[in-house]
Order: sequence, then structure tokens, then C-alpha cells
Amino acid sequence: MDIILHLAGWVCIVAGVFFGITGAIGLHRFPDFYTRIHAASITDTLCAGLIILGLMLQSVSIMMIIKLSLVLFILAYTGPTAAHTLAKTARKENIEPILDPAGEES
Amino acid sequence: MLIVASFSILFIMALALLRAFLGPTIFDRILAVNMFGTKTVLLIAVLGVASGEASFIDIAIVYALINFVGVIALLRFFEYGKVQAEKAGDE
Repeated sequence: MDIILHLAGWVCIVAGVFFGITGAIGLHRFPDFYTRIHAASITDTLCAGLIILGLMLQSVSIMMIIKLSLVLFILAYTGPTAAHTLAKTARKENIEPILDPAGEES
Repeated sequence: MLIVASFSILFIMALALLRAFLGPTIFDRILAVNMFGTKTVLLIAVLGVASGEASFIDIAIVYALINFVGVIALLRFFEYGKVQAEKAGDE
């Protein structure tokens, strides 16, 4: 039972690191500010959630598990809120997205 | 093995910092700084579990809250021109 939890924790941490590196590369390769929000939000939610879930599966003391779940709760609420506020403010400041060149502008 | 995870998080933080230096608009920089703060929280949590210190996680919680409040205050400043709370009502 113990080895299964340990292994599941490692799978979660490796998947989280993979999503984090993917998002960090996407932060450099996407052409536009709004697409970069998408890449950074993936690292804010999926990478952080998977890594902390893996740490929770690996840690031994119950106090650490409670504190890690609190971190997970805070990150799961603050990350999307910050991304939403960022997109709203950028839209208000007239940062234009790159639209489809076929011309489907609104 | 947790050391590998923390070095990977450091690599992600370096890429985010590079975007914060390069970013063409101010919002790219804020986005990169927000991501940098989230990754700092993750790094502190990983180091806390690796060293077995439960009190590291408290620092991670406080850092997550401070990071969120900082980003929201910066964006409020851009949207309303002021950080004061009374300005939000009559907008």
C-alpha cells in the first residue's frame, strides 16, 4: 500500500513538472498576449495542482497534508482569478488580440 | 528525486523571468511575475516536503496570499488609476 502511494505521488509530480515546462515554453512561443495567458494559466492550475497532489501523497505527517491541501485550495482559487483580472484589464487597456487572418473579426 | 523536481521548477522560474524581462507589453510582465510567484510557492512546498519541515508550508501559504494581493493591487491600479477601495464603487 505504501509503495503504491509513493509511486502515485511520483507520477503526479512528474506530470506536474511536464505541464509546467510545457507552459513555460508556451509562454515564449505563443505570438499574442491572450494566448500567453492560456499557457501561464495551465502552469498556475494544472502544474501546481498535480505537484501539490503528489507531495500530499508522499508526505507522512497528517499536519503537512492539511497544510498542503490549504495551499492547493488557495492556489486553485487565486490563479484563475488573477488570470481573469489580467485579461479583463488588458482588454480594457485596448491590447488587441491577433485575430484569424481569414477575417472573422467581430 | 525531489531535488530534480525543484531544479525543474527553478528552470520554469528562469523561463518566466526571461519573459518578464523581454515582455513587449506591461501585461506580459505582470503575467510572468504572477507565474514566477506561483512557482515560488511550489518550490517552497517541494523543499519543505523534501526536508520534512512542516513549517515551510506555512511560508508557502503566506507567499501565495501575498502574491495574489500584489497582482490584484497592480491590476486595480491599471484599471482604475487608484488603488483605493472607494474608487471601485462609482466606476
